[in-house]
Amino acid sequence: MTDVFADVAHEPGAKKPDPIVIADHVHRHFGGLTAVDVEHFEVQRHAITALIGPNGAGKSTFFNLLTGFDKPQTGEWQFNGHSLVGTSPAKIARAGKVRTFQLTKALNRMTVIENMRLGAAEQRGENFFNALVPGLWRSREQEITKKAESLLKRFKLYEKRDDYAGSLSGGQRKLLEMARALMSDPEMIMLDEPMAGVNPALTESLLDHIVELRDEGKTILFVEHDMHMVRRISDWVVVMAEGSIIAEGPPNTVMSNTAVQDAYLGAHHDTDLSEDAS
Amino acid sequence: MDIVLDALGTMMAPATAAFALAAIGLNFHFGLTGLLNMGHAGFMLLGMYGYGISTQHGAPIWMALIIAIIAATIFGLLLGWPTLKLRGDYLAIATISAAELVRYLGRSNTLQGLTGGSTGIRGNDFKFTFEELSPLPDENITILFWTNHGTKSSSWWLMIVAWVFVALFALLFWQLARSPWGRVLKGIREDEDAVRSLGKNVYSYKMQALVLGGVIGALGGVIWALGASVQPDSMGRPTTFWLWTILLLGGAATVFGPILGSMIFWMSLVIIKGLASAFIPSSVLSPVEIEPFSLVLVGIALMCLVIFRPQGILGNKRELAFND
Repeated sequence: MTDVFADVAHEPGAKKPDPIVIADHVHRHFGGLTAVDVEHFEVQRHAITALIGPNGAGKSTFFNLLTGFDKPQTGEWQFNGHSLVGTSPAKIARAGKVRTFQLTKALNRMTVIENMRLGAAEQRGENFFNALVPGLWRSREQEITKKAESLLKRFKLYEKRDDYAGSLSGGQRKLLEMARALMSDPEMIMLDEPMAGVNPALTESLLDHIVELRDEGKTILFVEHDMHMVRRISDWVVVMAEGSIIAEGPPNTVMSNTAVQDAYLGAHHDTDLSEDAS
Repeated sequence: MDIVLDALGTMMAPATAAFALAAIGLNFHFGLTGLLNMGHAGFMLLGMYGYGISTQHGAPIWMALIIAIIAATIFGLLLGWPTLKLRGDYLAIATISAAELVRYLGRSNTLQGLTGGSTGIRGNDFKFTFEELSPLPDENITILFWTNHGTKSSSWWLMIVAWVFVALFALLFWQLARSPWGRVLKGIREDEDAVRSLGKNVYSYKMQALVLGGVIGALGGVIWALGASVQPDSMGRPTTFWLWTILLLGGAATVFGPILGSMIFWMSLVIIKGLASAFIPSSVLSPVEIEPFSLVLVGIALMCLVIFRPQGILGNKRELAFND
C-alpha cells in the first residue's frame, strides 16, 4: 500500500488527501471548564487513525460530539460531505458512522445472536405495524441471522450464539460490540478504548480484526491509552491535550514531538529538582 | 369447601381479567421496555371516564371504546413528551402524580356534571350498550357450582368478553415480543445509548410502548367499570401498586405472567379473608379489620417473592429479575 500520508504535514489540523470526517471550530465547555476546543480536524478515508492524549484531554468528549451523543456550543463537522450539526446519534449511525463505548454496552440480558440482529439496518419488522405481520419481515430476518452468524464465526463467538451476553467475559463483550456495530455495514467505525479490560490473548485477535476491517475498506478512528497498540496498528496519530489537538503524525515519530512529551510528562520533566532543594 | 369455590370463582371473575389486562399493558412498559410507569391506574381511570361519559352522551359502544382509547393515547403522549428524553425515574415521578391528577380532577365538584364527582358514574348509566349485546338470557345462570347473572354487571357475558380480551392481548404481546420491534424495546430496556448507537430512534420506540401499554390499561379499566362502576377512588395509588405486584408475581416480560399473577393475587386475597374469618375470633380481629389484614399478608408475600424468587413465578432470572 502506498503511503497516502506521505504528503500530509506533521502538524495539528493537517489536511488529508481524502477526508471522510472534517470538523471545524468545535468548542464544548462545561461551565467554566473547556473540555474540547478543536480548530480543525480531518480523518483520512480507509485508514486507521488513533486519537491519543493524557487523561482529561477531552478525547472521549470529542468522540461523543462527533457521534451526536453530546452537543457542542459552537462548531461545524461533516461526514462524507454532509453536515452533522444537530443530528441525532441514531441518524448519524444510520448515515454509516457507528461507534462503540469505553464501558462496553453489550445488552446483557439478551442473547448474543439477538444482540447481533439488533445491529442490522433495514429490518421492516422494527416498525410497529409491520411487526404484527411476520410475513413482512421473516425473509429479511433470515438474511440478518445468516450475516450475524458469519460475523460471529469471524469474531470467534459462534459457540456463544445462544448465551446471554451478560455471561461473556469482558473481552468477548468488546468483540461482540464490535461485531454488532458491523451488522449495518458502516463506512466508518469509531472505537472508544477498544482494549480497555481485554486480556492479552484477546488483544492480538482484536488488533488483527481492526486491521482486517481497514483492509476491507472501512475507516477506523479509535481512542486508546495503550501506546503499544497505537504503534502497531494505526496509520496516523492525533494527539489531544487540554481539549485541543497538539500534534499529528505517523505513529513512529509523533511520540518524539516535544509538545507531546510535555503533555504526557509535564513541561519540566527533565529538570533536575535536587539542585532547587539546596 | 366454600372457600375453595369462592377462590376459584374469583379466579375467573371479570375483575381478575380486568387486572390481568391492565398488567399486560404494564408488561409492555416495564417487561419489554423497562419504563417505570407508576401511574397505570390513571390510564385505567381515563379509559373508564372515556367509555362511561361518551356512553352517557349517547355514543354507541364502538365509539365509546374508541374514545377510551383516544383518551389513553393523549395521556400517554402528554406524559411521554417531556419525560421520555430524561432518565427513567422522571417518568415514574411524572406518572404517579399525573394519575393522581386525573383522579382528583375526576372527583372534583367542578366536573360534577361530567364525571359525577366523587360518587362517579352509576353502572346503570353506562352499562346498557354492552348488556344489550349479550346473547345470554337476562337471568341468573348456574354453571357447575357458580351462579352469576347472564348479562347484568359482573355477569357470565362480561366474563366471556373480558377473558377473550385478555387472550387477544396476550397473543399480541407474544407476537410483538418476538418481533424485531420487540427486540428494539428489549434493547432499550438494557441500554438506551447502545440502541441509539445502532441507529434506532429510542424516543419514538419508548413513546410507542408507553401509548400501547396505556391503551391496554384503559381497556382493562373499561372492563373493570363494566363489572363495577366508574368510581375515581377505586383507581388510586393502591391499584397501580397491585398491578405491579401482579406483574412481578407472575413474571415480567413473560406472556402468561400478568394473567397468572392476577389470578393468584385475587385468589389469595379471598382465601386469606375466608380463613381469617373462619379461624380468627372476632374479638381478636373484627370483620372490618380482616380486609386490611389480608392486604398486609399479601405485602409480606410480595417481599418474600422479591427475596426468594425475584424473577416472578414464570420469569427467566437471566432475562429479567426484580433486584438488579
